[in-house]
Amino acid sequence: MSVCTLTIDGHAVAMAAGANVLQAAREAGIRIPTLCDLEGLSPVAACRLCLVEIAGSDKLQPACMTAVAEGLEVHTATPRLRDYRRTVVEMLFTEGNHVCAVCVANGHCELQDRAVEVGMDHSRLPYRHPQRSVDLSHHCFGLDHNRCILCTRCVRVCDEVEGAHVWDVGWRGEHCRIIAGLDQPWGAVDACTDCGKCVMVCPTGALFHKGDTAEEKHDDSSRLVDLVRARQARQGSP
Amino acid sequence: MARTILIDPVTRIEGHAKITIHLGETGAVEGARFHVAEFRGFEAFCVGRPFSEMPAITARICGICPVSHLLASAKAGDQLLAVAIPPAAERLRRLMNLAQIIQSHALSFFHLSSPDFLLGWDSDPAKRNIFGLIAADPELARGGIRLRQFGQELIERLGGRKIHPAWAVPGGVRSPLDPADRAAIQARLPEAFSTTGTALELFKGLLDGPLAQEAATFGCFPSLFMGLVGAEGRWEHYDGQLRLIDADGAVLAGALPQQRINEVLAEAVEPWTYLKFPYYQPLGPEEGSYRVGPLARLNVCERIGTERAERELLELRQRGGRVVNSSFLYHLARLIEILAALEAIEALLDDPGIGDTHVRAHSGVNAFEAVGVSEAPRGTLFHHYRIDANGLIEAVNLIIATGQNNRAMNRTITQIARQHIQAGPGSGQAAPEISEGLLNRVEAGIRCFDPCLSCSTHAAGQMPLHVQLLDAGGAVLSERWRQ
Repeated sequence: MSVCTLTIDGHAVAMAAGANVLQAAREAGIRIPTLCDLEGLSPVAACRLCLVEIAGSDKLQPACMTAVAEGLEVHTATPRLRDYRRTVVEMLFTEGNHVCAVCVANGHCELQDRAVEVGMDHSRLPYRHPQRSVDLSHHCFGLDHNRCILCTRCVRVCDEVEGAHVWDVGWRGEHCRIIAGLDQPWGAVDACTDCGKCVMVCPTGALFHKGDTAEEKHDDSSRLVDLVRARQARQGSP
Repeated sequence: MARTILIDPVTRIEGHAKITIHLGETGAVEGARFHVAEFRGFEAFCVGRPFSEMPAITARICGICPVSHLLASAKAGDQLLAVAIPPAAERLRRLMNLAQIIQSHALSFFHLSSPDFLLGWDSDPAKRNIFGLIAADPELARGGIRLRQFGQELIERLGGRKIHPAWAVPGGVRSPLDPADRAAIQARLPEAFSTTGTALELFKGLLDGPLAQEAATFGCFPSLFMGLVGAEGRWEHYDGQLRLIDADGAVLAGALPQQRINEVLAEAVEPWTYLKFPYYQPLGPEEGSYRVGPLARLNVCERIGTERAERELLELRQRGGRVVNSSFLYHLARLIEILAALEAIEALLDDPGIGDTHVRAHSGVNAFEAVGVSEAPRGTLFHHYRIDANGLIEAVNLIIATGQNNRAMNRTITQIARQHIQAGPGSGQAAPEISEGLLNRVEAGIRCFDPCLSCSTHAAGQMPLHVQLLDAGGAVLSERWRQ
C-alpha cells in the first residue's frame, strides 16, 4: 500500500493512497466541520462545510471528496474558509424552518452545534420561511421537512447499510426534498423495515421518534460506525 | 363637542394596548375602550404540527405564564392519547402550577401594582415603579422579589428552567422530583409564608383606609364569574369541573365537564381590538360576559380547604359579600391565592407519593379532538385541538383568561373615567388638562385584571403612554406622553 505525504495547515501528514483529505485531517487531529459526512457511509459532499483550500488552485475543494496526493498543501482554516463555512450554515438555517427552541433535537442537534462552531450568532441572510409539511404516517417515526438540510444521510444509510432504499431526493432546486418510495407517505412504503437507522443518523430533528417532544431526540449517529464495523467483521470483510 | 381621550400604550401590564375615553357633547364620559394592538397568531401557525410538540410551542406564547399553556396543552394531549396519567405526574403538574400562580401573582402585586398603593396614585411616575418601591420600602420590595423568585425556582427545579420548561408532555411529565429539590423547596417555605402574611396585613390596612374609594369604584359591578372547582366545590387550579355563577352567587352551570366548554361559551369580536370577547352563550354577549381569575376562583368555590387561606377567604367575604364584585379586590384575591398555593405546596411536598418515579404514560393517537383546561394565574385557560389520524394538528382554538375578562376591563375603565372626569368641558370650552393621576388610575383599572396581551392575541416590548383629547372631528385638543 503506497503512502502519500501531504501538509495540512503546515503539519506533515502521511496517509495511505486512496484516503481523502478529511480522513487525513482527522488522522492528524485537525478538525474540519462537517454535516453530511458520517463514518460508515459513503461521502457525498452535500453540505459543503468541509471545503478546504489547496495550494495552486483557486477553487475550494470538499475535503471529504478530495483524494490525498503526494505533496498536497492543504489549508483548512483561512479567513476565506471561515466566512464560507459561516455562510453555508446561515444558508441552511434560512432556507428551512429551524426553530431550535421548540425542536425535538434542541441541545442534541449537529446543525445547532455547527452554528456555534462557525460563530453564527445571527444570520446575515433573510429567512425564506418556506411552506413545508410534516409526515407522521409511519407508525413509529416522523419526518419534518421544515428541519431537513438534505444531507442525505438517511438516503445513504437506508441504501448502503439497511439495503431497503426507502429514501431518495425528489424534485429540484428550492423544491428539493427527501421522498419515501415513489414520493408516497412514509407509512405507505412497504420497503421500510422500521429499523430506524435513518432516524439514528439524522443530524437534525427532521427525522424523529413519533411522540418526541422538544429536546427529547438524542444524537445517536455515532453508533452507526460500530454497527457497520460489527457487520463487516461478521462478513469477514476488511 | 364629543371628544376622545387616548391612552397609548398602557404601562405596567404584559403586552401592547391603548385606552380611548369617549366624551359626549357635554364633556361627560360616554364610554371607554381597551384596545389590544398586538397580534400573535398561534392558532394559525400551529396547524400542521404534531400534537406532541404543542406543549413546548404554546408555552412560548408567554414568558410570564408559560406553565399555564404547558399544562393546558399537555392535558389536551393526555386526552388525545386517551390515557390517565400516573398519580405522581398529576401531583407534580399541580406543584408546578402552584409555583406559577405564586410567581405571577407576586409579579402583579409587588412589581406592577403595589407602587400605586404604597407611593400614591399622583406620585412621580418616574419613581412609581419597583425601583421606587425598593427605595421607599426595601424590606417589602425584597420580600416580594424573593417570593416571585421562590415560585420561579420551584419551576426550575421541576422543569429544568424557570421560563419555558418543556417538562409537561402528553401522558405526564418528563422527570420526577429529586429528593434534594424537595428539601430545598421546603426550606424556603417559611420565608414565603412570612412575606405573604406581611403583604396581606399591609394591603388590608390600606383597603380600610386610603384605598377604600378605589375598592368601591374600580370595576365594582355585578357580572358572572367562572372558574374550576374541585370536589365539594373546593378552590381548584388544575382539574375539577367548571362552575359559572351570577353576581348573587346563583349557579348557572354547576359541574360542567371541562371538555364541554364549547357548548356554553361563544366568542364575539369587535373591529377595534385583537382581543376576542368570550361570553356565556345562553345570556348573550353583554349579559353573558363573565370574569375569571383569582377573584372569580374565590367567588365560585365553596371553600379553599387550607387553614390560613380559608380564614382570609372568610374575611374577604365579610368585606365584599359572598360574591365579591369589586375588581379592585382582585389584588387581595391574588394575595389570598398565594397563601393558598403555599399551603397546597406544603401539603404536596409532605405527600410520600410526590417522589414516585413513574411519571409518564405512553400511547398513540386514540382520540381526535380534545380540550385541555388549566387555571392560569389570570383565569381559566382553554386549549382546544383537533388532529388527524396521524396526530397532526388540524385546528386550534385558544380561549385565554385575559379575553374572558375583556368586557369587564372595558366596564372598569369606563367606571373609573366617569368617576374622575366628572364635569368635562362643554363644546367650545378649552380642553382640560389631563392629569397624571387620571391617566394612572385608568391604567390601574386595567392592572386589577393583570392582563396578559401576549397570551391573548397570539408581541411584546416597550410600553410608553400617550393620552390624547380629540374633538369630534379628530383634531387633537390636548395630549400628553409618558415614555
